[in-house]
Amino acid sequence: MTGHSPIWSLISTFGLMSLFAVGGAAAAVPEMHRIAVEVNHWMTDKQFADAYAIAQLSPGPNVLIVTLIGYAVAGVPGALAATLAMCLPTALLAYYVSRLLNRPSQSRWPGLIQAALVPLSIGLMAASALILAQSTDRSIAALLLTAMVAVMASVSRVNPLWLLLAGGVLGFAGIV
Amino acid sequence: MSSGSAPAVQEPDLATTPPSLVALFLAFARMSLAGFGGVLVFARRAIVEQHRWMTADEFNETFALCHFLPGPNIVNLSMVFGSRLRGIAGGVAAFAGLLLPPTLIMTALAIAYARFGDLEVLRRILAGISCAAVGLLIAVVFRMMMPLLKRADPFAVILMLGVFLAIGVLRLPLQAVLLIAIPISIGLTYFLRRKVAA
Repeated sequence: MTGHSPIWSLISTFGLMSLFAVGGAAAAVPEMHRIAVEVNHWMTDKQFADAYAIAQLSPGPNVLIVTLIGYAVAGVPGALAATLAMCLPTALLAYYVSRLLNRPSQSRWPGLIQAALVPLSIGLMAASALILAQSTDRSIAALLLTAMVAVMASVSRVNPLWLLLAGGVLGFAGIV
Repeated sequence: MSSGSAPAVQEPDLATTPPSLVALFLAFARMSLAGFGGVLVFARRAIVEQHRWMTADEFNETFALCHFLPGPNIVNLSMVFGSRLRGIAGGVAAFAGLLLPPTLIMTALAIAYARFGDLEVLRRILAGISCAAVGLLIAVVFRMMMPLLKRADPFAVILMLGVFLAIGVLRLPLQAVLLIAIPISIGLTYFLRRKVAA
């Protein structure tokens, strides 16, 4: 490990990661897990899964799991630094690109690049699901709960918040 | 459904004056706090239907741009959208409105978790929520995958599986994988489209 302060390593880690997060926050979860759990040992596997659950349950963009990771590393300053590092660089990039491409419909490149990125971001999100499932679904009951929620969310339009709360109730009852 | 009398001009029925910076901040703060499990639905409702700051087409175009750029889409959208209405200051106001309130909430939750995270009852509840959250993610992946599988596009499926294996199973670094996968995917898409056009 280098002798840099943890704040700087949070900023450089998430600033760089955000530039590669094609397909949004869920696509970046495997990389967050790799960096936070496997490389830097900022959190345990269990803490990471908890952070993901809390971020899903809370209001706001789901990318704010980085706030929780940042807090685990360096308290409140870490939480704010990680959030800004993950969100500001790509927002500024988006601002400049949108000014460059004032008429996006005239060029076919945005559409082509978008089409090319779709399979990659689905692959990344599937990897997120696998990595999170490995740390949460450690019993048959847990696996069944995940499978049931997956099916219900696929076939119905029920508000995801209810499914999360139902999971919490089942957990509270000691079933999972 | 606009059943009223048709307006004489062809101008879309948009708000006439751009919103103030405070209005932008508050509007994004509201949609962010309403957006459990994703803000996009609420953003569309507020921007297109409630405030009429953009037409549905303009919104789709802006979102498509933010979707193909890296980073959290809705955060990118706030910056691009705010700046289209009120310049860079508008972008910053929307960005801050979207992120500040939930970041404060999340920080409070992080403090609570650090203190009480080891409580047995909280552990059990979080375990249940985690299982459900993974299930939701699987459902999203499944829904996104369906068009790809229906088209039976072998290259897209192979690329998707390749990225899944490299990141999910082999746990390779994201940058390395994408620096290889993105050029391959763009190249393939380009040549396949040219072949179709020819």
